[in-house]
Amino acid sequence: MFESILVANRGEIARRIIRTVKEMGLRAIAVYSEADADLPFVREADEAYLLGPAAPAQSYLDIAKVIEACRATGAQAVHPGYGFLAENPAFARAVIDAGLTWIGPSPEAIERMGDKINARNLMESAGVPVAAGTREPVPDLPGALAAAAEIGYPVMVKAAGGGGGIGMGVARNDDELAKAFQTATRAAERFGGGGEGTGPAILLERYIERARHVEVQILGLADGTVLALGERDCSVQRRHQKVVEESPSPGVTPKLRERMLAAAVRAGETVGFRGAGTVECLVDTDRQDFVFLEMNTRLQVEHPVTELVTGIDLVEQQIRVAAGEPPSFTEVRPAGHAIELRVYAEDPKRFFPGPGKIDVWEEPSGPGVRLDSGYVAGNTVTPFYDPLMAKLCVYGADRDEALTRARAAVAAFRIEGPKQNLPFCAELLDDPAFSSGDYDTGLVARMRS
Amino acid sequence: MAEVHAEMVANVWKVVVAEGDSVNEGDTLVILESMKMEIPVIAEDSGVVAALKVAEGDVIQEGDLIAVIE
Repeated sequence: MFESILVANRGEIARRIIRTVKEMGLRAIAVYSEADADLPFVREADEAYLLGPAAPAQSYLDIAKVIEACRATGAQAVHPGYGFLAENPAFARAVIDAGLTWIGPSPEAIERMGDKINARNLMESAGVPVAAGTREPVPDLPGALAAAAEIGYPVMVKAAGGGGGIGMGVARNDDELAKAFQTATRAAERFGGGGEGTGPAILLERYIERARHVEVQILGLADGTVLALGERDCSVQRRHQKVVEESPSPGVTPKLRERMLAAAVRAGETVGFRGAGTVECLVDTDRQDFVFLEMNTRLQVEHPVTELVTGIDLVEQQIRVAAGEPPSFTEVRPAGHAIELRVYAEDPKRFFPGPGKIDVWEEPSGPGVRLDSGYVAGNTVTPFYDPLMAKLCVYGADRDEALTRARAAVAAFRIEGPKQNLPFCAELLDDPAFSSGDYDTGLVARMRS
Repeated sequence: MAEVHAEMVANVWKVVVAEGDSVNEGDTLVILESMKMEIPVIAEDSGVVAALKVAEGDVIQEGDLIAVIE
């Protein structure tokens, strides 16, 4: 086992990773931008290194600076968290070339799954079900129109290298497709996500109305075995970005679960996957069937719900796998129910961002409550990064108990200063469709229509 | 006369109109960026852009004046 780990990330996820690194008796090194100097993750690390100005391109996305931080601090391994450089194969290579341990899958596996078109084709050839869609990048609008005519409306338009829902759009006719194509192209050019030299490749996929978004957590062990650690339902979304996740999914029967977990293991084996990853699927609940969406070759934002129902620390497993050690558990036996609510700095009606200084920050606590937060009172939520302030996670023996605890925890959480979406979380927990478990990815739009 | 103010701290990503332009209700005046999201600022009335107070790359605070429509 290496002795020190540099966490190449910020906010709540850096803080959460640092906690496990320290619990394992290893030295935790944080990197930060000028805008984040006062945040808890910087203080809680054993050592912290200033990368540069607030702009991500000059700090958290600057590969050379992060590698220099490793040299300067004597880090022996790098944990990338999620977002930023986590799925950048050039970064993984740079870490390995610097003689350090990369805590994640091989750069080749990241590359093969990073391009959504390539990933879909690869999964199809491995016998994993995929949605009807383009097998080659769509070069221009006429190409998109022709592809849509073949697939049939509605279609989902995505940037092949994109992530986190940015630039995704549904089109129900030619006019909407023209708009969605432009948005996706612009997002692909601006926010990138793909490696160097990747153009703004666009793909089209058949859009399933009233689908659930369900993903399977996989873990590739050092000996090559790939395990599935249950599923998470991520159907509560605004702007195609997740707000609330839960495990198990109320819309997946034991029979369907078995098929999905088996397909996810096959997906991981196909790319020789090591470490923690997620196989995202769309589930058609009426037909109890599913298709592969994409694979995330990193730790997921919503990993705590899996940790709560399995009792397994996923960050610890990532570190052990990277060190070539066996996992800390012998069997996976999920029990109970867990829900995660993402507390965003955004207004609870239209979901527009609202950064600002935090005047009041009072965290809820109690049985079954876990809070992964990136801030304390006095910090400022800046406009430079994504709006996630905290993840409020609750565990219960069953879904009803989890819901009851979630309602109490949301009511007890006090944040003043920036805009915040706790009122939306409360509204959701009382919504009849969400409470019953019978909901799909259209839920938030219906609540706001 | 209608003043258009910023609803949040943001960077000005794109300025779509210029002073003197005629705009219709619903037209995009500027596009802000905050927290990895593009936020269009829309004209709430038709008229002429009498003043434009921001430039691309500016950082603006909540409540700052963006434009005046007459």
